[in-house]
Amino acid sequence: MKRLLLAMLLSVTTVTVCAAAAPLPADSVLQQTGTFTDQSGRNFQLADRRGHVELVSMFYTSCTYTCPLMIDSGLGVQHALTPAERERLQILLVSFDPKRDTPAALAALATKRKLDPSHWTLARTDADHVRKLAALLDVRYRELASGDFNHTTGLILLDADGRILAKTDKLDAVPDASFLRAVRKALN
Amino acid sequence: MNRVALLIALLPVVAHAGGDYVSIPAGQYRSVLNYEDTKGNNTVARFELMKTPVTNAEFLAFVQSHPQWRRDEVPGVYAEKAGYLAHWQAPLELGDAAKPEQPVTHVSWFAASAYCEAQHARLPMWAEWEYVAAADTTRRDARSDPVWRESILGWYSKPSTSPLTNVGQSPPNVYGVQDLHGLIWEWTEDFASMLVSSDDRSQSDSNRLKFCGATALTTQDRENYAVLMRVAMLSSLEAVNSTSSLGFRCARSLPDPESPPKELP
Repeated sequence: MKRLLLAMLLSVTTVTVCAAAAPLPADSVLQQTGTFTDQSGRNFQLADRRGHVELVSMFYTSCTYTCPLMIDSGLGVQHALTPAERERLQILLVSFDPKRDTPAALAALATKRKLDPSHWTLARTDADHVRKLAALLDVRYRELASGDFNHTTGLILLDADGRILAKTDKLDAVPDASFLRAVRKALN
Repeated sequence: MNRVALLIALLPVVAHAGGDYVSIPAGQYRSVLNYEDTKGNNTVARFELMKTPVTNAEFLAFVQSHPQWRRDEVPGVYAEKAGYLAHWQAPLELGDAAKPEQPVTHVSWFAASAYCEAQHARLPMWAEWEYVAAADTTRRDARSDPVWRESILGWYSKPSTSPLTNVGQSPPNVYGVQDLHGLIWEWTEDFASMLVSSDDRSQSDSNRLKFCGATALTTQDRENYAVLMRVAMLSSLEAVNSTSSLGFRCARSLPDPESPPKELP
């Protein structure tokens, strides 16, 4: 019995290792290099996020208008899922604003919005990689003279290999039905 | 003495080598883009800009040393397979349809950015491009001159099927930069940032929601069609796109001469 368990564990490990070792598909946005830092100050590469279906978007912490709605819509997707589905979904928000969005600023927002750190990653990177990620996701933005940002919003669904499966620009606590169907399909 | 002779011998070669940068002084200008926050007043810090667009030969050398940018190697997220370097005969061969000294086209924004990065450079910002492109051969801002405007517009009436001329055939502008008008469209670093809507008053509330900061954009100089066409064209692109008349040149930031020296303890 123990041996069987061990064998099962080993086979699971092998599968995981193989998945990590295979090159990312040509249409994966996780190929983008660059160091990102999350709200706890931990550095990561986008490729490290492989293996989880995730929702990605871009935002900045001092944004008072649409960015709170974006977090609401991420929470809305989470709430519409079953507990098992919710467990498998990751959410990544990358800041447009490397100057002001330090890990501490990201952490403050995560705390304020009660975002569960095991599923929500708020991250920053340098201005050059912000632009590259925005280009990959086709997010448009411009820094204003005030230091705020004018930007398009929405949630983007990536499969476990970082391929774009669906997008929604509906910002609402009640998710867009077709987008939610795509999230469910990806998770199951 | 020998050294001087060697230098003299090298000079013409250096002068004609591709990828030369011209130093552009800092300045202010009125942009055709009238953002609510800037009111169309742009300040450009001093920088360097390539004298001419990047050529097929130069891009071929880059692809040879960076095989991940070969058309048969490039990941689909960085360039549309169907268009990227499609006019070259083979992944590492220009062929008859792509002359070495013609500007390279059929390049995605990602590929153009990667080329510039390999040069320790970057793509120019739109404001930098527009600032330098406002000049003619004698004036830093020739845009109010109807004759100059007409001469630039002339290019747009040429059929796009006629082959591109080699780079460096047009007279240098007052900064010494060539081919900003009349040859190709050019990528800018921030091509995706211009957010032009055809009529910003017609936006519905749901559209408005997409913008954080609610800053509208209007174009203030409706006479300047040539530049407005560029803005419209660039805004319509995605970073993976490439077309037969879209190329690029690189720019480099320069340290700010006004910045105070570090204080001694």
